[in-house]
Amino acid sequence: RFHNLQELRHSASLANKVFLQRDYSDGTTCRFQTKFPSELESRIERPLFEDTVKRLNIYYAEAEKMGGQSYLEGCLACATAYLIFLCMETRYEKVLKKIGRYIQEQNEKIYAPRGLLITDPIERGMRVIEISIYEDRGSSGSCSGSSSTSGSSAR
Amino acid sequence: MYLGLDEPVRECQYNQICTRNSLPMETLGHKKKKIPRRKWQVFPGRNRFYCNGRVMMARQTGVFYLTLVLIMVTSGLFFAFDCPFLASNLTPAIPVIGGVLFFFVLGMLFRASFSDPGVLPRATPDEAADLERQIGAANGPSGPGYRPPPRTREVVINGQTVKLKYCFTCKIFRPPRASHCSLCDNCVERFDHHCPWVGNCVGKRNYRFFYLFILSLSFLTVFIFAFVITHVILRSNRTGFLSALKDSPASVLEVLVCFFSVWSIVGLSGFHTYLISSNQTTNEDIKGSWSNKRAKDNYNPYSYGNILTNCCAALCGPLPPSLIDRRGFIQSDTPQPVSHSNGSSMYASTQLHTHMAAATPLLHSNSVMIGGGGPPFPGKSSLVVPCASLAPSQPSLPSMPGLSCAGDMLTLRDPDTHCHHHHFASPEETPSPSGPMPLTLPCAAHMTHGGHIHPAQLYDPASQDSLHEDSVRGLVKLSSV
Repeated sequence: RFHNLQELRHSASLANKVFLQRDYSDGTTCRFQTKFPSELESRIERPLFEDTVKRLNIYYAEAEKMGGQSYLEGCLACATAYLIFLCMETRYEKVLKKIGRYIQEQNEKIYAPRGLLITDPIERGMRVIEISIYEDRGSSGSCSGSSSTSGSSAR
Repeated sequence: MYLGLDEPVRECQYNQICTRNSLPMETLGHKKKKIPRRKWQVFPGRNRFYCNGRVMMARQTGVFYLTLVLIMVTSGLFFAFDCPFLASNLTPAIPVIGGVLFFFVLGMLFRASFSDPGVLPRATPDEAADLERQIGAANGPSGPGYRPPPRTREVVINGQTVKLKYCFTCKIFRPPRASHCSLCDNCVERFDHHCPWVGNCVGKRNYRFFYLFILSLSFLTVFIFAFVITHVILRSNRTGFLSALKDSPASVLEVLVCFFSVWSIVGLSGFHTYLISSNQTTNEDIKGSWSNKRAKDNYNPYSYGNILTNCCAALCGPLPPSLIDRRGFIQSDTPQPVSHSNGSSMYASTQLHTHMAAATPLLHSNSVMIGGGGPPFPGKSSLVVPCASLAPSQPSLPSMPGLSCAGDMLTLRDPDTHCHHHHFASPEETPSPSGPMPLTLPCAAHMTHGGHIHPAQLYDPASQDSLHEDSVRGLVKLSSV
């Protein structure tokens, strides 16, 4: 159906959005619920989806992990009165960039071909993983044409 | 008529608002070619931003300036009057150590005051609607006029049941340990307290700076106090007490300031040391959330068990980046959570898809109408007038979908977006970048997200033209209804 992200964004119309909420059972660390939403049942295979979410959870755990490296970074930063962050990126930021790239890759390879789009949680304040579900409209020629049909059908 | 709808009262109001809105619509193409706005300019909380969004503080900053003046004047007097004597008679290490302490104190103060404490951005309209739907389904159907019970969710963390409260202002379920600051009108993660001395909330991201500030300030205060006393004693050994005081009058002032500060600041440092070692926030401690007095088996689920780990976690743990991206540019396809009285900002944001541009002037008119006469809502601050949400208790709402159907609407949930009227202070009161801060500071290194929503889209003339085109098309469509 859709071959790339650009096509998805510009020619498809948004049908629905699904939100994966945070899972706080482990405290305040960042984890997302892996429950498979019913709206996606017809769109994507469950193992693929769960794999994505689990991987994201692993990345976030890595970013927030408290161990030797993060303590070292913290102490060094304190010793330099945190001026070191003017030239250096924190570990958290590095992992967030990695997450951004991962989501981009997942969107291109797996989600866009199925008419779905994952929004990076950082753009939603780390509250939710937002998955946009796009409908495949017949003619993607003019925007107003498709919008009026969708408007009337929405009513 | 703009809408051609039945109720005459609303028509009049639409008349007034139309003309204002049509201007930004027509000049949309021109406005878009100007410098795009940054997100801090439309930030919904009651914060002030300086340095083009790099610096973020609370609204009331008077006490912060007092803190700054006290520290600088006392230290300045110390370096000017006492240090020469001490350096020559005792050791030059004294002014050096004093200097290092002084700069560290200032650095930590600025870091604590100017950085984002861990503000949680408000929910986008879609998220809010989704949550409302979930809550509505959970509560069951109810007639109009029935106010649903306070919304809470329960989570079990480390064996303790924790209640997550729903924030009516931010339209989210607050994460554990987060709290809504009524002064700044934001939900802040791991909210400790709002400190007027620092001019900001103290939360997850700036707690360590705050702690280091009060710790180093206690050392500095004790340091100055001790050495000023030493100075006076040494002088009075030579020349007598009264003439010693006459020779260095500043010492009296310094001793007074330090004496009164020592009690409060050292006390506060001790208190926060206790809090850090038990991994509690001031908020939790005051409420007694985890004390044994509440329940026999009550314990703090966030504590790591031993003092050292708790301290390391609070002070040396990873520093999470800011979630609000204040210096990012507003992009046309990124939904912004809140509307403002300033119409132009609406068109730059709050669009899920470009062809919904037509719907936005409609929704903005809606919001002004309802925001004025909406029923009171259990919000956190009396200054905020939250709009009618889609909860069944709001009787004015059912008419809204009827109004918005004139345009093309994919999701009828969006009226909720623009309804949130805020205390109009924040965007208008934001001072110009050349505001009251004369000092150039090492601005906190915060993330700016391009993410994978390409910022280039904003500058892409093709998309801007299509946006303008769509909105014009929308206007034509609406006027033909």
